[in-house]
Amino acid sequence: MAAGSAVAPRVRRFSFVDAFLWAFRLAVVAVVVWGTVGTLRLGRYTAEQWMDFFVFGLAQGGIYALIALGYTMVYGILRMINFAHGEVFMSGAYTAYFVAAPLAASGFLNRQPFVSLLLLLAVAAAVSTGIAVLVERVAYRPLRRAPRLVPLITAIGASFFLQYAFRGLYGSGFKAYPEFDLFKGEWELLGVGILRTQAVVLVSAAVLMFALYQFVMRTKVGKAMRAVSEDKDAAALMGIDVDRIIVLTFAIGGAAAGAAGILYALVFKQVHFFMGFVPGIKAFTSAVLGGIGNIPGAMLGGMFLGVVESVGPALFLDGLGIPAPYQLKDVIAFTMLVMVLIFRPQGILGERLAGKRA
Amino acid sequence: MWRVGFVFGVVACFLSLAGLVEALHARWVVDGVVSTGQTLLLILGATAGAVAASKRGGSLGAGLLAGLVAGATVGFCVGFLVWLQTQVPLRAMFVNASPTLFQLLSAGHRPEVAWPFAVLVGSWLGLLGAAASRAPGKWIRPPVTGAAAVVAFALFQELVLLMLQPESLVAIRDWFFVGGGGPTAQGAAVLFAAGAAASALRAPLHSAARRANLAPRAARWVWGLVGVAALAALPVAGGPFVAQVLVLVGLYTLMGLGLNLEVGLAGLLDLGFVAFFAIGAYTVGLLTSVGEHGIAHWSFWAAVPVAVLVSLVAGVVLGIPVLGIRGDYLAIATLGFGEIVRLLVLSDALRPWLGGSQGVLAIPKPVLAGFEFSGPQQLYYLTVLASALVAYVAWRLQNSRLGRAWMAIREDEDVAEALGINLVSVKLLAYGLGAAFAGVGGALFAVLVGSVFPHSFQLLISIQVLALIIVGGIGSIPGVILGSVVLIGLPELLREFGEFRFLVYGVALVMMMLLRPEGLLPAAAQRRQLHAFEEEPEPAVLTGRQVPAGGGS
Repeated sequence: MAAGSAVAPRVRRFSFVDAFLWAFRLAVVAVVVWGTVGTLRLGRYTAEQWMDFFVFGLAQGGIYALIALGYTMVYGILRMINFAHGEVFMSGAYTAYFVAAPLAASGFLNRQPFVSLLLLLAVAAAVSTGIAVLVERVAYRPLRRAPRLVPLITAIGASFFLQYAFRGLYGSGFKAYPEFDLFKGEWELLGVGILRTQAVVLVSAAVLMFALYQFVMRTKVGKAMRAVSEDKDAAALMGIDVDRIIVLTFAIGGAAAGAAGILYALVFKQVHFFMGFVPGIKAFTSAVLGGIGNIPGAMLGGMFLGVVESVGPALFLDGLGIPAPYQLKDVIAFTMLVMVLIFRPQGILGERLAGKRA
Repeated sequence: MWRVGFVFGVVACFLSLAGLVEALHARWVVDGVVSTGQTLLLILGATAGAVAASKRGGSLGAGLLAGLVAGATVGFCVGFLVWLQTQVPLRAMFVNASPTLFQLLSAGHRPEVAWPFAVLVGSWLGLLGAAASRAPGKWIRPPVTGAAAVVAFALFQELVLLMLQPESLVAIRDWFFVGGGGPTAQGAAVLFAAGAAASALRAPLHSAARRANLAPRAARWVWGLVGVAALAALPVAGGPFVAQVLVLVGLYTLMGLGLNLEVGLAGLLDLGFVAFFAIGAYTVGLLTSVGEHGIAHWSFWAAVPVAVLVSLVAGVVLGIPVLGIRGDYLAIATLGFGEIVRLLVLSDALRPWLGGSQGVLAIPKPVLAGFEFSGPQQLYYLTVLASALVAYVAWRLQNSRLGRAWMAIREDEDVAEALGINLVSVKLLAYGLGAAFAGVGGALFAVLVGSVFPHSFQLLISIQVLALIIVGGIGSIPGVILGSVVLIGLPELLREFGEFRFLVYGVALVMMMLLRPEGLLPAAAQRRQLHAFEEEPEPAVLTGRQVPAGGGS
């Protein structure tokens, strides 16, 4: 058997597969080191620019982390990847656009920016929650006892359906999200200029994650969720309504994803029916990076991925003389995804072993 | 049973707002009388009635009442949408909420009348559906088949019109069809009668044939010859457009056969499959192109084996790292690989060799002994030949030692390993051979289009291939062919359907898994396995009658 699933200590020969995997690892490390040395020698970027990359990465990472919460909580309970979660994220932000546009047109958005932001977050979270619960009800619940491949396929189907359903409803074009006047420009913080949108996104993401973490760790319902993720049957015997907890998990994950959608719209200033796909995959990467099923892990993984993806093209690729390294931003994220799945499926905080669950 | 009605009503409103109803409204089922869009709504109402009646069970009266309530609820929902539109500007949010749509939904009535009217029509439809679901099958099947025949002719009338092009047939054509509209009333009546008669006579004919005891071997030969002749004649009769669609169906069949080895037989869900299609296409492109990126100017025939080999090697190379990953992690990892390949090809970094987003241009058509496969009508034969060859290989593989090893690891990797199956080589063979099949498809795609560029190789293709093998029947070779005809061919032929096909794919994936996980043409083993988890009998929606407790379905 190949590397990755070696759970029990057993005598294994060093096969050509292992050699291949080592070569793969070494190649990636070589590219990273070579590129970093090259970039630093060139000295093309100032310290301020690196700081900008870093802060942008953190802001983006906060968004990934919020989406990743949904993946990780659902995986913790059902041991399945909610492939449609990226579309849940999209649905909230896209629908909230139809609230944001009239608000901006009437001027309310800039008169009461914080009320407006809260309102948008609430609308997006509500819509995403609804979609997440609907997907659970239609595509996953009837298939709880089915072979593993089956819910994954319905998840792909649901994801596809949602993308094109929203395309049919709202149209296929990009919609420009209205901007908040208050969030334009920079704030000075400890002598460093930080783009206001990024600061708002970081703070909102941090507050939301903190609230969610407290919810899961402190409340009775959160305790029930953790119990169900430990052992469904035992939890049911303790009088926990497992179905209700599962729905609740989807709902909370959906709400976090909806809020993340608004933050995403603040940063990128546009929404689109396909916008959920790439952030969805990246959030999944974050969840796995942090150790799937582990909530602080998802936050850590999100931040880590956001920063690597933001700093990476300049740091690793520029030094190799690759033209337009920013086109390869997603390649870095996907390479991290593949690497973590192959080499450390249990993630950074590795509490669970994922290799064995097939 | 208003809940059933409510679900169907929401579906009806959703389809209306998503634009499907209006798109289908452009086509008449019976010219000037009823359009396909209206038919869709009518079918929803009647189905709601039928589902409610069969769920309700009990006496005939109770069933009819349930159907009536469900149908009325559907009508109520649609009527509510019409009313809502008069109160708020729906179009600000829903791009497809056009005046035409509401004209259609309210059947031309004023809004105050439209709502009760919709409820009334819905009730009638629900009642009709409930009655149909309770009536014996032999009464219901002929009219349903007849109606289906009329709708099918309306949907595919362009094809029929193409075949009735010759002068001598114009009179028949004009009697049946209004140009650009739909079947005439008398045409629809004839079609309906023909469909109904065929359905009614099917059972007697079948038993007659059995009684007559026709030699099955001879019959099979005859049918085989008829099939081959029809396959050969199709592109000639249908013209270049139909040929193009058929070539696409062939290409997807090739990819489907490849993915079927991985997903269907070996149970390895690969979402980056399109990468191998791309690798096949790019190899042929680079080797044969006479444009700036061409490196060898080889002939197509020399390039194809190389393309297949390169795809095979790529399949193995991308397979090695994911050997230790299973299940959904494998799906995501392969998806990552597929996207990495696409993004690299698209990037400026590799532009000098692969042409970036412009791609590789000027790929010459294959020439064999002076005959140029210049367009889809000629390439069709090449595609059919390749598909047949690959299908034969796939069929032999399926029944080989290797095929059984694949099925063993699909069922349980650990047990398979304990039985002495070398997981590494068996899995790598699945990845490699699956990729090689896709490479053949890619090679043909390159010469069909004449250029290859990264936008042709989106994740969407992988999902489409997955959808077609699932709809066709996972692990079944005839299923792959049926799946690509149904999911690739039919939507291509239905031009209104264009932007809704992906919506339908999503629904098809979910519904197939919920209602018929083994697919339309299942492989025997798969059917047993997938039904093992069902403890309760299937809901009797399809037969329309309640299955008595303990009765097998």
